Amino acid sequence: MRTRTPRLVWDAVGVAVFVVMVFPVFWMISTAFKPNEQIVSLTPTWIPLHPTLQHFRDAIHRPYFWVDVKNSLIIVSVAVALSIALAFLAAIALARFGFAGRKLFIVLVIGIQMLPQAGLIIPLYVVLARYHQVNTLSGVILTYLTFVLPFSVWTLRGFLLGIPKELEEAAMVDGSTRLGVFVKILLPLMGPGLVATSVFAFITTWNEYIFARILLNDQSKQTVTVWLSYFYGTSRHTDWGALMAASTLTAVPVVVFFLLVQRRIAFGLTSGAVRG
Amino acid sequence: MADGGSTAAAAGTLLGTSRRRRSAAARLGRGAVPYALIAPVVLTIALILGYPLYFLVRLSLQRYGLFELIRHQGVDIGLANYRSVLHDQIFWHTLLRTVVFTAANVGLTMVLGMLIALLLARVSGPVRILLSSGLVLVWSMPVVVAVQVWAWMTSYENGVVNYVLTELHVGDYTQHEWYGSTFSQLSMVTLLIVWGALPFVAITLYAGLAQVPNDLLEAAAVDGAAGWRVFRDITLPILRPILLILTSLSIIWDFGVFTQPYLLIGQSKITPGNFLMSIYLFEDGYFKSDYGRGATISLLMLVIVGVLSVVYVRRMVRIGVET
Repeated sequence: MRTRTPRLVWDAVGVAVFVVMVFPVFWMISTAFKPNEQIVSLTPTWIPLHPTLQHFRDAIHRPYFWVDVKNSLIIVSVAVALSIALAFLAAIALARFGFAGRKLFIVLVIGIQMLPQAGLIIPLYVVLARYHQVNTLSGVILTYLTFVLPFSVWTLRGFLLGIPKELEEAAMVDGSTRLGVFVKILLPLMGPGLVATSVFAFITTWNEYIFARILLNDQSKQTVTVWLSYFYGTSRHTDWGALMAASTLTAVPVVVFFLLVQRRIAFGLTSGAVRG
Repeated sequence: MADGGSTAAAAGTLLGTSRRRRSAAARLGRGAVPYALIAPVVLTIALILGYPLYFLVRLSLQRYGLFELIRHQGVDIGLANYRSVLHDQIFWHTLLRTVVFTAANVGLTMVLGMLIALLLARVSGPVRILLSSGLVLVWSMPVVVAVQVWAWMTSYENGVVNYVLTELHVGDYTQHEWYGSTFSQLSMVTLLIVWGALPFVAITLYAGLAQVPNDLLEAAAVDGAAGWRVFRDITLPILRPILLILTSLSIIWDFGVFTQPYLLIGQSKITPGNFLMSIYLFEDGYFKSDYGRGATISLLMLVIVGVLSVVYVRRMVRIGVET
C-alpha cells in the first residue's frame, strides 16, 4: 500500500513553492517602494514599512519614458486593430467554409507561429531598410503583423467554432443576407472572443523586444520594453529603485489584462490538446 | 512566432483547439467567398513575411554589408557564406551549446512543471487557489521586466540571492559574481527561463490531470499499486498528448531564445564562448553588419527549428483540418 502523506505536508510544500515562484515579483514591488538606504544595505529589508514614491517619480521623469510609452501604445493599438479585423475574416473562412487550399492555409497559420523571431531579424531589417521603414513605427507595426495575424486567426477560429451554426442558418432561412447574418448574429456573439484575442495580441506586442530593438535606433522612437532594457547597463551604478519602479510600471498593464482573460486560456488549453 | 515568453500566444493557439465541433456540413460555400475572406491575411503575410523569406535565401548567397545595404544591391558570391559558416568552429560550438542548453531547459521545465501539477492536485482548496494565482501572476510577467528583476536579485553587490544563500549557510556568497563564467551565466538564464515557463506548463498539465478517471486511480489503489506505478501506468499515458505538445513547444522556444540570454548576460559580457544560436546570428549578422553571412546562419537556424516543429505543427494541423 502506498503511504498516505498527510494533506498538511502537501499544503506546506505548496505554500513553499508559491513563495519561491512569487518572490521575484514581490521583490520587484518591494524594492520599488524602498528608500535608497534600504536598497543598498547589506541586510535586506523585506517589507518597506515607510514606502516612498520617489523611485516612481524618478522612473517616469527619465528621458524618453513618456515618448516611448506613447510609441508602444501607437504600435500596439494599430497592430492589434489591423490584425483582429483581417484575422476575423480569415477565421470565418476557416470555421464556416470548406475550400481547396484550406489545409495549406492552416499549415501556414500554425507554421508561422513556430518561426524563431531571431531568424527573421536579418531579412526583415534589410527589406525594411530598402523601403525606408527602419526607425519608423510603421515598420515595427508591419513586422508585428507577421506574428499577431496567424495567432489571431487561429484563436478567433476557436471562438467561432463555439457558436452554433444553426443560428446563422436559421437567419438565412428567414431571409437574411450573408452580411446581415454577420452583423446581426456573428458579431455580437463574438464579442467576448474578439476582446480576449485582442487582449492576447496586446500583451504579445507590448512585451515584444527583439524586433523593436533592431528596427528602432532613435531613442525617441523606441518602445517601453527597449527603454526598460537600456535602463540597466547604461550606467555603472544602476539605480535599482528606479529600475524596479519602471519594471513595475511596465508590467502593470500586462498583468491586469492577463488576469482578466487567463481563465479563458486555462479552460481551452487541454481539452483540445487531449482530444486532438 | 517563438519566444520564450510568448506563452500567451501559445495558450491562444491551444485555445483555438477547444470547443471544436464536427462541421462536415460547413462545406456549403463553394464559391469565391472563403478566398475573399482569407485574401487580406494571405496577401499581408506574403508581403511582410514571404518576401523577406525569399530575400533571406538571396541574401545568404550574397556579400551584403553596410555598403551594400546603402546601395541596396548585394554582390553574388555563390555558396561562400555557407562554406564560411560551416567551417566556423564557433558555429558548431554554438550549435552544440544551444542543444545542451535547450535539453537542460526543456527537461527542467517539464519535470518541475509535472511536479507542480501533481502538487496542485494534492493540496487543499485554499492552497490550490493561492498557488495557482501565484503561477498566473508569474505567467503574466513581461520577459524584459523579469530579466531586470533577475539582474537585481543576482547583483553581486546587494543581490538578495547572495544574502539568502549566505544566511542559509550554503556557503559564503558575499559579493558572489553570478555572471563570471559561461556555465554560471547560462545557469542563471536557465533559471529565469524555467521560472517563466513553469506556470504555463504546470497549469496546463494540472488541467490535464482532471481528465484522468478517478475510478481508474481507485481501482489501482485497491490492487495495491504504489504511487509511482499509478503515475507511470495510468496518469502518464493519459497525459501523453499534452506532454508531447508542451515538450515540442518548449524545445522550439528554448532553441531560439534571445531576449533572456542577451539581456541577462548583458551585451558587454557576450562572447563567442557563451553564444547561443540566436545571439550568434545577432552578433555576427546584425551587429557586425554582415547581413549575407547572418542570413546564412538564420536560414540554417530556421531549417533546424522547422525540423523540430514538425511534430507540433502536424498535430495542430490535424486538429484544424478535422474541425
